[in-house]
Amino acid sequence: MEHQDISLLNLSRNKKAKITMIHGGHGLQHRLDSMGIRNGKEIKVVSRQPFRGPLTVEIRGCQMTLGRGMARKIMVEVLQ
Amino acid sequence: MLKEADVVINVVDATNLERNLYLALELLEGDIPVIIALNIWDETHHLGIQIDEKELENLLGIPIVPTVALTGEGIKTLVSRIKEAKTNEEVKPTSREGRWIEIGSLIEKVERVEHRHHTIRDRISDLTIRPLTGLPLAAGIMFLSFWIVRLIGENLIGYIFEPLFEELYRPVITGLSNLLGPGFIHNLLIGQYGVEIDFVESMGMLTTGLFVPVGMVLPYIIAFYFVLSILEDTGYMPRLATLLDNVFHKLGMHGHGIVPLFLGLGCNVPGALSTRTLETRKQRFISATLLAIAVPCMAQMAMVFGILGPYGIQYIGLVFFTLVFLYIVMGLIMNKFVKGESPEIFLEIPAYRRPSLKVILKKTWMRVRWFLKEAIPFLFAGVLVINILYSVGFLQWLGTVLSPVMQGLFGLPGESGVSMIIGFLRKDLAVGMLLPLGMSPMQLVIATTMLTIYFPCVATFAVLVKELGIKDMLKSAAIMVGTAVTVGFILKLVLLGV
Repeated sequence: MEHQDISLLNLSRNKKAKITMIHGGHGLQHRLDSMGIRNGKEIKVVSRQPFRGPLTVEIRGCQMTLGRGMARKIMVEVLQ
Repeated sequence: MLKEADVVINVVDATNLERNLYLALELLEGDIPVIIALNIWDETHHLGIQIDEKELENLLGIPIVPTVALTGEGIKTLVSRIKEAKTNEEVKPTSREGRWIEIGSLIEKVERVEHRHHTIRDRISDLTIRPLTGLPLAAGIMFLSFWIVRLIGENLIGYIFEPLFEELYRPVITGLSNLLGPGFIHNLLIGQYGVEIDFVESMGMLTTGLFVPVGMVLPYIIAFYFVLSILEDTGYMPRLATLLDNVFHKLGMHGHGIVPLFLGLGCNVPGALSTRTLETRKQRFISATLLAIAVPCMAQMAMVFGILGPYGIQYIGLVFFTLVFLYIVMGLIMNKFVKGESPEIFLEIPAYRRPSLKVILKKTWMRVRWFLKEAIPFLFAGVLVINILYSVGFLQWLGTVLSPVMQGLFGLPGESGVSMIIGFLRKDLAVGMLLPLGMSPMQLVIATTMLTIYFPCVATFAVLVKELGIKDMLKSAAIMVGTAVTVGFILKLVLLGV
Protein backbone atom coordinates (compact mmCIF):
# COMPACT_ATOMS: atom_id res chain seq x y z
CA MET A 1 0.00 0.00 0.00
CA GLU A 2 1.30 3.39 -0.99
CA HIS A 3 1.73 5.83 1.87
CA GLN A 4 0.83 9.44 1.37
CA ASP A 5 3.15 11.87 3.11
CA ILE A 6 1.41 14.60 5.07
CA SER A 7 2.65 17.81 6.62
CA LEU A 8 3.46 17.69 10.34
CA LEU A 9 0.83 20.38 10.68
CA ASN A 10 -1.86 17.83 9.81
CA LEU A 11 -0.58 15.00 11.98
CA SER A 12 -3.09 14.03 14.67
CA ARG A 13 -2.05 14.31 18.27
CA ASN A 14 -0.17 11.37 19.78
CA LYS A 15 0.12 9.55 16.42
CA LYS A 16 3.62 8.35 15.68
CA ALA A 17 5.13 9.38 12.37
CA LYS A 18 8.46 9.37 10.59
CA ILE A 19 9.99 12.48 9.07
CA THR A 20 10.44 11.95 5.34
CA MET A 21 11.37 15.35 4.01
CA ILE A 22 12.05 18.89 5.13
CA HIS A 23 11.27 21.65 2.63
CA GLY A 24 13.12 24.88 3.03
CA GLY A 25 16.54 26.44 2.79
CA HIS A 26 19.80 25.64 4.49
CA GLY A 27 19.12 28.02 7.36
CA LEU A 28 15.93 26.26 8.38
CA GLN A 29 17.40 22.79 7.85
CA HIS A 30 20.30 23.64 10.08
CA ARG A 31 18.09 25.08 12.81
CA LEU A 32 15.88 22.01 12.81
CA ASP A 33 18.93 19.74 12.64
CA SER A 34 20.38 21.32 15.72
CA MET A 35 17.26 20.36 17.67
CA GLY A 36 17.30 16.82 16.32
CA ILE A 37 14.51 17.27 13.76
CA ARG A 38 15.85 15.31 10.79
CA ASN A 39 14.89 12.88 8.07
CA GLY A 40 14.14 9.42 9.36
CA LYS A 41 13.32 10.55 12.91
CA GLU A 42 10.23 9.36 14.71
CA ILE A 43 8.05 12.26 15.80
CA LYS A 44 4.71 12.87 17.48
CA VAL A 45 2.61 15.91 18.21
CA VAL A 46 2.08 16.57 21.92
CA SER A 47 -0.07 19.68 21.76
CA ARG A 48 -1.27 22.33 19.39
CA GLN A 49 -2.21 25.87 20.41
CA PRO A 50 -5.36 27.41 18.95
CA PHE A 51 -5.54 30.55 16.78
CA ARG A 52 -2.62 29.57 14.59
CA GLY A 53 -0.44 29.04 17.63
CA PRO A 54 2.61 26.77 17.71
CA LEU A 55 2.93 22.98 17.93
CA THR A 56 4.75 21.06 20.60
CA VAL A 57 6.35 17.87 19.31
CA GLU A 58 8.34 15.03 20.82
CA ILE A 59 11.37 13.32 19.35
CA ARG A 60 13.20 10.64 21.31
CA GLY A 61 11.67 11.81 24.56
CA CYS A 62 12.65 15.45 24.02
CA GLN A 63 9.92 18.00 23.54
CA MET A 64 10.11 21.26 21.63
CA THR A 65 7.76 23.96 20.48
CA LEU A 66 7.82 25.22 16.92
CA GLY A 67 5.74 27.64 14.88
CA ARG A 68 3.23 26.56 12.24
CA GLY A 69 5.30 27.91 9.37
CA MET A 70 8.11 25.55 10.27
CA ALA A 71 5.78 22.63 10.96
CA ARG A 72 4.20 23.04 7.51
CA LYS A 73 7.56 22.41 5.87
CA ILE A 74 8.16 19.13 7.68
CA MET A 75 6.67 16.16 5.79
CA VAL A 76 5.94 12.96 7.68
CA GLU A 77 4.69 9.47 7.03
CA VAL A 78 2.21 8.16 9.60
CA LEU A 79 3.35 4.93 11.24
CA GLN A 80 0.90 2.18 12.12
CA MET B 1 36.15 30.96 17.40
CA LEU B 2 37.97 29.93 20.58
CA LYS B 3 41.39 30.79 19.14
CA GLU B 4 42.83 31.79 22.50
CA ALA B 5 41.50 28.80 24.45
CA ASP B 6 43.97 26.29 25.92
CA VAL B 7 41.31 23.72 26.59
CA VAL B 8 37.58 23.40 25.91
CA ILE B 9 35.21 21.92 28.47
CA ASN B 10 32.19 20.95 26.39
CA VAL B 11 29.20 20.79 28.73
CA VAL B 12 26.74 18.41 27.16
CA ASP B 13 23.10 17.85 28.12
CA ALA B 14 23.12 14.09 28.65
CA THR B 15 19.34 13.91 28.23
CA ASN B 16 19.80 15.29 24.69
CA LEU B 17 23.03 13.53 23.83
CA GLU B 18 22.43 13.15 20.11
CA ARG B 19 22.03 16.76 19.18
CA ASN B 20 24.62 17.93 21.69
CA LEU B 21 27.25 15.76 20.05
CA TYR B 22 27.12 17.97 16.98
CA LEU B 23 29.04 20.76 18.68
CA ALA B 24 31.37 18.19 20.23
CA LEU B 25 32.29 16.89 16.77
CA GLU B 26 32.81 20.41 15.47
CA LEU B 27 35.12 21.06 18.41
CA LEU B 28 37.06 17.87 17.75
CA GLU B 29 37.65 18.96 14.16
CA GLY B 30 39.69 21.85 15.57
CA ASP B 31 43.07 21.54 17.26
CA ILE B 32 42.23 22.58 20.80
CA PRO B 33 42.08 19.79 23.44
CA VAL B 34 38.51 18.93 24.49
CA ILE B 35 36.98 17.32 27.55
CA ILE B 36 33.25 16.58 27.79
CA ALA B 37 31.07 16.99 30.87
CA LEU B 38 27.95 14.84 30.53
CA ASN B 39 25.73 17.10 32.57
CA ILE B 40 22.20 16.49 33.94
CA TRP B 41 23.41 12.92 34.37
CA ASP B 42 20.89 12.20 37.15
CA GLU B 43 17.95 12.91 34.85
CA THR B 44 18.99 10.29 32.30
CA HIS B 45 18.03 7.54 34.75
CA HIS B 46 14.59 9.07 35.31
CA LEU B 47 14.04 9.35 31.59
CA GLY B 48 15.06 5.76 30.91
CA ILE B 49 18.17 6.77 28.96
CA GLN B 50 21.26 4.60 29.35
CA ILE B 51 24.55 5.99 28.18
CA ASP B 52 27.74 3.93 28.09
CA GLU B 53 30.12 6.78 28.88
CA LYS B 54 33.21 4.51 28.82
CA GLU B 55 32.41 3.42 25.30
CA LEU B 56 31.78 7.03 24.26
CA GLU B 57 35.16 7.92 25.73
CA ASN B 58 36.80 5.16 23.66
CA LEU B 59 35.03 6.15 20.48
CA LEU B 60 35.69 9.87 20.75
CA GLY B 61 39.16 9.44 22.21
CA ILE B 62 38.70 12.21 24.79
CA PRO B 63 37.80 12.14 28.51
CA ILE B 64 34.07 12.05 29.31
CA VAL B 65 32.89 12.87 32.86
CA PRO B 66 29.28 12.54 34.03
CA THR B 67 28.25 15.54 36.13
CA VAL B 68 25.25 16.98 37.96
CA ALA B 69 25.92 20.70 38.15
CA LEU B 70 22.93 21.27 40.44
CA THR B 71 24.39 19.13 43.23
CA GLY B 72 28.06 19.42 42.31
CA GLU B 73 28.34 15.68 41.64
CA GLY B 74 31.25 14.84 39.34
CA ILE B 75 32.68 18.37 39.27
CA LYS B 76 35.79 17.34 41.21
CA THR B 77 36.47 14.49 38.80
CA LEU B 78 35.92 16.87 35.92
CA VAL B 79 38.45 19.35 37.27
CA SER B 80 41.01 16.65 38.03
CA ARG B 81 40.69 15.25 34.51
CA ILE B 82 40.99 18.57 32.67
CA LYS B 83 44.70 17.87 32.14
CA GLU B 84 43.73 14.72 30.20
CA ALA B 85 41.81 16.79 27.62
CA LYS B 86 42.91 15.77 24.13
CA THR B 87 42.53 16.50 20.49
CA ASN B 88 41.50 13.73 18.11
CA GLU B 89 43.45 13.70 14.86
CA GLU B 90 41.13 11.12 13.33
CA VAL B 91 38.17 13.49 13.32
CA LYS B 92 38.49 15.34 10.02
CA PRO B 93 36.45 18.38 9.06
CA THR B 94 33.37 17.23 7.21
CA SER B 95 29.95 18.39 6.03
CA ARG B 96 26.83 18.82 8.12
CA GLU B 97 25.45 15.58 6.64
CA GLY B 98 28.70 13.80 7.43
CA ARG B 99 28.59 14.86 11.07
CA TRP B 100 25.03 13.68 11.54
CA ILE B 101 25.83 10.29 10.01
CA GLU B 102 28.81 10.00 12.37
CA ILE B 103 26.60 10.96 15.32
CA GLY B 104 23.97 8.44 14.25
CA SER B 105 26.49 5.60 14.43
CA LEU B 106 27.92 6.86 17.75
CA ILE B 107 24.48 7.02 19.35
CA GLU B 108 23.70 3.51 18.10
CA LYS B 109 26.70 2.23 20.04
CA VAL B 110 26.49 4.16 23.32
CA GLU B 111 22.89 5.09 24.04
CA ARG B 112 19.81 3.01 24.77
CA VAL B 113 16.40 4.54 25.40
CA GLU B 114 14.03 2.26 27.30
CA HIS B 115 10.37 2.49 26.73
CA ARG B 116 8.80 3.72 29.91
CA HIS B 117 5.33 4.38 31.20
CA HIS B 118 3.76 7.76 31.49
CA THR B 119 4.81 9.13 34.86
CA ILE B 120 2.98 11.71 36.91
CA ARG B 121 5.54 14.24 35.78
CA ASP B 122 4.75 13.54 32.12
CA ARG B 123 1.08 13.92 32.84
CA ILE B 124 1.62 17.29 34.53
CA SER B 125 3.74 18.33 31.59
CA ASP B 126 0.97 17.40 29.16
CA LEU B 127 -1.69 19.19 31.21
CA THR B 128 0.31 22.39 31.40
CA ILE B 129 1.05 22.58 27.69
CA ARG B 130 -2.32 21.66 26.18
CA PRO B 131 -4.41 24.78 25.69
CA LEU B 132 -7.65 23.51 27.23
CA THR B 133 -6.05 22.67 30.57
CA GLY B 134 -2.88 24.74 30.22
CA LEU B 135 -4.45 28.18 29.94
CA PRO B 136 -6.60 27.93 33.11
CA LEU B 137 -3.61 26.43 34.92
CA ALA B 138 -1.41 29.29 33.68
CA ALA B 139 -3.92 31.84 34.99
CA GLY B 140 -3.93 30.01 38.32
CA ILE B 141 -0.15 29.84 38.50
CA MET B 142 0.18 33.56 37.67
CA PHE B 143 -2.38 34.48 40.30
CA LEU B 144 -0.74 32.28 42.89
CA SER B 145 2.71 33.67 42.05
CA PHE B 146 1.68 37.27 42.54
CA TRP B 147 -0.21 36.36 45.67
CA ILE B 148 2.96 34.78 47.08
CA VAL B 149 5.04 37.81 46.02
CA ARG B 150 2.67 40.03 47.96
CA LEU B 151 2.64 37.70 50.94
CA ILE B 152 6.43 37.53 51.15
CA GLY B 153 6.83 41.26 50.44
CA GLU B 154 4.31 42.36 53.05
CA ASN B 155 5.79 40.11 55.70
CA LEU B 156 9.34 41.22 54.97
CA ILE B 157 8.21 44.82 55.40
CA GLY B 158 6.00 44.24 58.44
CA TYR B 159 8.34 42.02 60.40
CA ILE B 160 11.80 43.06 59.27
CA PHE B 161 12.20 46.28 57.32
CA GLU B 162 9.71 48.58 59.04
CA PRO B 163 10.75 47.60 62.58
CA LEU B 164 14.37 48.11 61.56
CA PHE B 165 13.69 51.60 60.27
CA GLU B 166 11.30 52.62 63.04
CA GLU B 167 13.02 51.06 66.05
CA LEU B 168 16.66 51.29 65.13
CA TYR B 169 17.05 53.92 62.45
CA ARG B 170 14.60 56.61 63.58
CA PRO B 171 16.39 57.36 66.88
CA VAL B 172 19.68 57.68 65.00
CA ILE B 173 18.19 60.10 62.47
CA THR B 174 16.40 62.09 65.16
CA GLY B 175 19.69 62.38 67.01
CA LEU B 176 21.42 63.51 63.86
CA SER B 177 18.65 66.03 63.22
CA ASN B 178 19.15 67.61 66.65
CA LEU B 179 22.89 67.59 66.16
CA LEU B 180 22.73 69.33 62.78
CA GLY B 181 20.14 71.99 63.60
CA PRO B 182 18.30 73.89 60.87
CA GLY B 183 20.03 74.74 57.62
CA PHE B 184 20.81 73.56 54.12
CA ILE B 185 22.70 70.44 55.21
CA HIS B 186 19.75 69.39 57.35
CA ASN B 187 17.35 69.89 54.46
CA LEU B 188 19.59 67.90 52.18
CA LEU B 189 20.20 64.94 54.48
CA ILE B 190 16.99 64.75 56.48
CA GLY B 191 14.40 67.22 55.23
CA GLN B 192 12.65 70.18 56.74
CA TYR B 193 13.78 70.97 60.29
CA GLY B 194 11.32 71.05 63.17
CA VAL B 195 8.63 68.80 61.66
CA GLU B 196 8.38 65.12 62.46
CA ILE B 197 10.46 62.98 60.12
CA ASP B 198 8.34 61.22 57.51
CA PHE B 199 10.36 58.57 55.71
CA VAL B 200 8.29 58.89 52.52
CA GLU B 201 7.76 62.62 52.25
CA SER B 202 10.69 64.31 54.00
CA MET B 203 12.83 64.11 50.83
CA GLY B 204 16.18 63.94 52.62
CA MET B 205 18.95 61.71 51.32
CA LEU B 206 19.11 59.73 54.55
CA THR B 207 15.35 59.61 55.07
CA THR B 208 13.39 59.29 51.83
CA GLY B 209 16.52 58.52 49.80
CA LEU B 210 17.20 55.44 51.86
CA PHE B 211 13.74 54.38 52.98
CA VAL B 212 11.96 54.26 49.62
CA PRO B 213 14.38 51.87 47.89
CA VAL B 214 15.29 49.78 50.93
CA GLY B 215 12.22 49.91 53.14
CA MET B 216 9.44 49.89 50.55
CA VAL B 217 10.77 48.48 47.29
CA LEU B 218 13.55 46.02 48.13
CA PRO B 219 11.25 43.57 49.99
CA TYR B 220 9.05 43.24 46.90
CA ILE B 221 12.05 42.93 44.60
CA ILE B 222 13.36 40.06 46.73
CA ALA B 223 9.95 38.38 46.78
CA PHE B 224 9.38 38.84 43.06
CA TYR B 225 12.69 37.45 41.86
CA PHE B 226 12.48 34.59 44.33
CA VAL B 227 9.16 33.48 42.85
CA LEU B 228 10.27 34.11 39.26
CA SER B 229 13.39 31.99 39.81
CA ILE B 230 11.21 29.12 41.00
CA LEU B 231 9.04 29.40 37.88
CA GLU B 232 12.16 29.39 35.72
CA ASP B 233 13.98 26.54 37.42
CA THR B 234 11.05 24.16 37.42
CA GLY B 235 10.95 24.55 33.64
CA TYR B 236 7.56 26.24 33.53
CA MET B 237 8.54 29.33 31.51
CA PRO B 238 8.95 27.61 28.09
CA ARG B 239 5.48 26.13 28.55
CA LEU B 240 4.04 29.54 29.32
CA ALA B 241 5.84 30.91 26.26
CA THR B 242 4.23 28.15 24.17
CA LEU B 243 0.75 28.87 25.51
CA LEU B 244 1.02 32.61 24.96
CA ASP B 245 2.88 32.48 21.66
CA ASN B 246 -0.16 33.16 19.51
CA VAL B 247 -0.89 36.38 21.43
CA PHE B 248 2.71 37.56 21.37
CA HIS B 249 3.03 36.70 17.71
CA LYS B 250 0.28 39.19 16.90
CA LEU B 251 2.21 41.80 18.85
CA GLY B 252 5.23 41.27 16.61
CA MET B 253 7.19 39.03 18.98
CA HIS B 254 6.88 35.36 19.83
CA GLY B 255 6.28 33.46 23.06
CA HIS B 256 9.73 34.30 24.32
CA GLY B 257 8.55 37.93 24.64
CA ILE B 258 7.17 36.92 28.02
CA VAL B 259 10.72 36.96 29.43
CA PRO B 260 11.47 40.72 29.14
CA LEU B 261 7.93 41.39 30.34
CA PHE B 262 8.32 39.28 33.47
CA LEU B 263 11.85 40.35 34.31
CA GLY B 264 10.78 43.96 33.76
CA LEU B 265 8.05 43.68 36.35
CA GLY B 266 10.85 43.36 38.90
CA CYS B 267 13.16 46.04 37.57
CA ASN B 268 13.10 47.34 33.99
CA VAL B 269 16.91 47.13 33.72
CA PRO B 270 17.20 43.31 33.58
CA GLY B 271 14.05 43.34 31.45
CA ALA B 272 15.72 45.63 28.93
CA LEU B 273 18.86 43.47 28.95
CA SER B 274 16.85 40.34 28.20
CA THR B 275 15.36 41.80 25.01
CA ARG B 276 18.59 40.73 23.31
CA THR B 277 17.45 37.10 23.53
CA LEU B 278 14.88 37.86 20.83
CA GLU B 279 16.19 37.18 17.34
CA THR B 280 15.46 40.18 15.14
CA ARG B 281 15.65 43.95 15.34
CA LYS B 282 11.90 44.25 14.96
CA GLN B 283 11.22 41.92 17.87
CA ARG B 284 13.76 43.65 20.07
CA PHE B 285 12.45 47.10 19.20
CA ILE B 286 8.86 46.17 19.96
CA SER B 287 9.58 44.34 23.20
CA ALA B 288 11.85 47.14 24.46
CA THR B 289 9.36 49.88 23.60
CA LEU B 290 6.47 47.97 25.17
CA LEU B 291 8.60 47.34 28.24
CA ALA B 292 9.27 51.05 28.65
CA ILE B 293 5.67 52.05 27.98
CA ALA B 294 3.51 49.52 29.70
CA VAL B 295 5.55 47.52 32.20
CA PRO B 296 5.83 49.21 35.59
CA CYS B 297 8.73 48.01 37.71
CA MET B 298 8.28 46.75 41.25
CA ALA B 299 9.54 50.08 42.59
CA GLN B 300 6.77 51.89 40.83
CA MET B 301 4.11 49.31 41.60
CA ALA B 302 4.93 49.40 45.29
CA MET B 303 4.43 53.17 45.24
CA VAL B 304 1.23 53.00 43.19
CA PHE B 305 -0.19 50.45 45.62
CA GLY B 306 0.91 52.61 48.54
CA ILE B 307 -0.66 55.78 47.17
CA LEU B 308 -3.84 54.52 45.51
CA GLY B 309 -4.44 51.59 47.87
CA PRO B 310 -6.16 53.68 50.55
CA TYR B 311 -8.71 54.98 48.01
CA GLY B 312 -9.70 51.50 46.92
CA ILE B 313 -8.59 48.66 44.70
CA GLN B 314 -10.63 49.92 41.72
CA TYR B 315 -8.21 52.81 41.15
CA ILE B 316 -5.23 50.47 41.07
CA GLY B 317 -7.22 48.26 38.71
CA LEU B 318 -7.78 51.24 36.44
CA VAL B 319 -4.03 51.92 36.17
CA PHE B 320 -3.23 48.30 35.37
CA PHE B 321 -6.13 47.89 32.98
CA THR B 322 -4.87 50.90 31.02
CA LEU B 323 -1.34 49.47 30.92
CA VAL B 324 -2.42 45.99 29.76
CA PHE B 325 -4.65 47.59 27.14
CA LEU B 326 -1.73 49.72 25.95
CA TYR B 327 0.65 46.76 25.82
CA ILE B 328 -1.69 44.97 23.44
CA VAL B 329 -2.80 47.94 21.32
CA MET B 330 0.71 49.39 20.93
CA GLY B 331 2.02 45.90 20.14
CA LEU B 332 -0.57 45.42 17.41
CA ILE B 333 0.19 48.85 15.95
CA MET B 334 3.97 48.41 16.03
CA ASN B 335 3.74 44.92 14.54
CA LYS B 336 2.00 46.53 11.59
CA PHE B 337 4.33 49.46 11.09
CA VAL B 338 7.78 48.40 12.30
CA LYS B 339 9.70 46.93 9.39
CA GLY B 340 11.48 43.63 9.64
CA GLU B 341 10.99 39.97 10.29
CA SER B 342 9.37 38.42 13.28
CA PRO B 343 10.38 34.77 13.17
CA GLU B 344 8.40 31.97 14.73
CA ILE B 345 8.91 30.44 18.12
CA PHE B 346 11.33 27.54 18.34
CA LEU B 347 12.35 26.37 21.76
CA GLU B 348 13.01 23.33 23.83
CA ILE B 349 10.50 22.19 26.44
CA PRO B 350 12.65 20.71 29.21
CA ALA B 351 11.30 18.06 31.55
CA TYR B 352 10.00 19.46 34.83
CA ARG B 353 12.60 19.52 37.55
CA ARG B 354 12.47 20.11 41.25
CA PRO B 355 14.34 23.39 41.76
CA SER B 356 17.22 23.57 44.19
CA LEU B 357 16.79 26.12 46.96
CA LYS B 358 20.47 26.98 46.87
CA VAL B 359 20.38 27.83 43.17
CA ILE B 360 17.12 29.78 43.57
CA LEU B 361 18.58 31.87 46.38
CA LYS B 362 21.75 32.50 44.40
CA LYS B 363 19.77 33.59 41.35
CA THR B 364 17.51 35.83 43.43
CA TRP B 365 20.52 37.46 45.03
CA MET B 366 22.18 38.08 41.64
CA ARG B 367 19.09 39.91 40.45
CA VAL B 368 18.53 41.79 43.71
CA ARG B 369 22.10 42.98 43.44
CA TRP B 370 21.24 44.51 40.07
CA PHE B 371 18.57 46.53 41.78
CA LEU B 372 20.79 47.57 44.68
CA LYS B 373 23.57 48.65 42.39
CA GLU B 374 21.22 50.68 40.18
CA ALA B 375 18.65 51.94 42.59
CA ILE B 376 20.50 53.16 45.65
CA PRO B 377 23.03 55.41 43.86
CA PHE B 378 20.38 56.82 41.52
CA LEU B 379 17.98 57.49 44.37
CA PHE B 380 20.66 59.20 46.40
CA ALA B 381 21.68 61.24 43.39
CA GLY B 382 18.03 61.92 42.61
CA VAL B 383 17.31 63.29 46.05
CA LEU B 384 20.48 65.33 45.93
CA VAL B 385 19.66 66.82 42.53
CA ILE B 386 16.08 67.56 43.54
CA ASN B 387 17.16 69.32 46.72
CA ILE B 388 19.72 71.43 44.90
CA LEU B 389 17.30 72.31 42.11
CA TYR B 390 14.72 73.25 44.72
CA SER B 391 17.06 75.43 46.67
CA VAL B 392 18.07 77.38 43.57
CA GLY B 393 14.43 77.73 42.58
CA PHE B 394 14.72 75.83 39.29
CA LEU B 395 11.99 73.30 40.01
CA GLN B 396 9.53 75.98 41.11
CA TRP B 397 10.24 77.78 37.84
CA LEU B 398 9.82 74.59 35.82
CA GLY B 399 6.57 73.87 37.66
CA THR B 400 5.23 77.24 36.57
CA VAL B 401 6.32 76.72 32.98
CA LEU B 402 4.80 73.25 32.74
CA SER B 403 1.73 74.22 34.73
CA PRO B 404 -0.53 75.20 31.79
CA VAL B 405 0.31 71.96 29.97
CA MET B 406 -0.35 69.80 33.00
CA GLN B 407 -3.58 71.60 33.80
CA GLY B 408 -4.88 72.09 30.30
CA LEU B 409 -3.99 68.79 28.70
CA PHE B 410 -4.16 66.37 31.60
CA GLY B 411 -6.23 68.06 34.31
CA LEU B 412 -3.42 67.77 36.84
CA PRO B 413 -2.04 70.36 39.27
CA GLY B 414 0.79 72.44 37.82
CA GLU B 415 3.38 71.15 40.29
CA SER B 416 2.93 67.57 39.03
CA GLY B 417 5.09 68.56 36.04
CA VAL B 418 8.06 68.54 38.41
CA SER B 419 7.35 64.97 39.40
CA MET B 420 7.33 63.99 35.71
CA ILE B 421 10.84 65.41 35.37
CA ILE B 422 11.97 63.62 38.53
CA GLY B 423 10.46 60.42 37.15
CA PHE B 424 13.36 60.22 34.76
CA LEU B 425 15.69 59.79 37.73
CA ARG B 426 13.56 57.46 39.80
CA LYS B 427 9.96 56.48 39.16
CA ASP B 428 9.25 55.46 42.73
CA LEU B 429 10.44 58.79 44.03
CA ALA B 430 8.33 60.63 41.47
CA VAL B 431 5.20 58.78 42.53
CA GLY B 432 6.04 59.69 46.12
CA MET B 433 6.27 63.35 45.14
CA LEU B 434 2.65 63.29 43.93
CA LEU B 435 1.47 62.60 47.45
CA PRO B 436 1.74 66.11 48.95
CA LEU B 437 -0.09 67.70 45.99
CA GLY B 438 -3.54 66.86 47.31
CA MET B 439 -4.90 65.30 44.13
CA SER B 440 -8.16 63.42 43.75
CA PRO B 441 -7.92 59.64 43.24
CA MET B 442 -8.77 60.03 39.54
CA GLN B 443 -6.03 62.63 39.09
CA LEU B 444 -3.61 60.24 40.81
CA VAL B 445 -4.63 57.51 38.37
CA ILE B 446 -3.83 59.81 35.44
CA ALA B 447 -0.53 60.98 36.90
CA THR B 448 0.77 57.51 37.86
CA THR B 449 -0.28 56.02 34.52
CA MET B 450 1.49 58.81 32.64
CA LEU B 451 4.57 58.39 34.82
CA THR B 452 4.77 54.76 33.77
CA ILE B 453 4.36 55.44 30.07
CA TYR B 454 6.21 58.59 29.18
CA PHE B 455 9.80 57.49 29.68
CA PRO B 456 11.87 54.81 31.37
CA CYS B 457 14.07 55.72 34.31
CA VAL B 458 17.61 56.80 33.44
CA ALA B 459 19.16 53.40 34.25
CA THR B 460 16.78 51.60 31.88
CA PHE B 461 17.26 54.36 29.31
CA ALA B 462 21.02 53.82 29.34
CA VAL B 463 20.62 50.06 28.83
CA LEU B 464 18.11 50.57 26.02
CA VAL B 465 20.43 52.94 24.17
CA LYS B 466 23.06 50.22 24.34
CA GLU B 467 20.68 47.46 23.25
CA LEU B 468 18.81 49.28 20.48
CA GLY B 469 21.33 51.83 19.29
CA ILE B 470 20.80 55.57 19.53
CA LYS B 471 18.68 55.87 16.38
CA ASP B 472 16.13 53.24 17.30
CA MET B 473 16.09 54.51 20.87
CA LEU B 474 15.12 57.98 19.65
CA LYS B 475 12.27 56.47 17.64
CA SER B 476 11.24 54.41 20.63
CA ALA B 477 11.37 57.46 22.92
CA ALA B 478 9.21 59.44 20.50
CA ILE B 479 6.62 56.65 20.63
CA MET B 480 6.74 56.70 24.43
CA VAL B 481 6.23 60.44 24.77
CA GLY B 482 3.54 60.47 22.08
CA THR B 483 1.70 57.63 23.79
CA ALA B 484 1.94 59.27 27.21
CA VAL B 485 0.50 62.56 25.97
CA THR B 486 -2.32 60.85 24.07
CA VAL B 487 -3.21 58.52 26.91
CA GLY B 488 -3.04 61.32 29.51
CA PHE B 489 -5.37 63.46 27.45
CA ILE B 490 -7.85 60.62 26.80
CA LEU B 491 -7.82 59.65 30.48
CA LYS B 492 -8.59 63.25 31.42
CA LEU B 493 -11.58 63.28 29.08
CA VAL B 494 -12.85 59.91 30.29
CA LEU B 495 -12.06 60.02 34.01
CA LEU B 496 -12.45 63.70 34.83
CA GLY B 497 -15.11 64.37 32.20
CA VAL B 498 -13.69 67.80 31.29
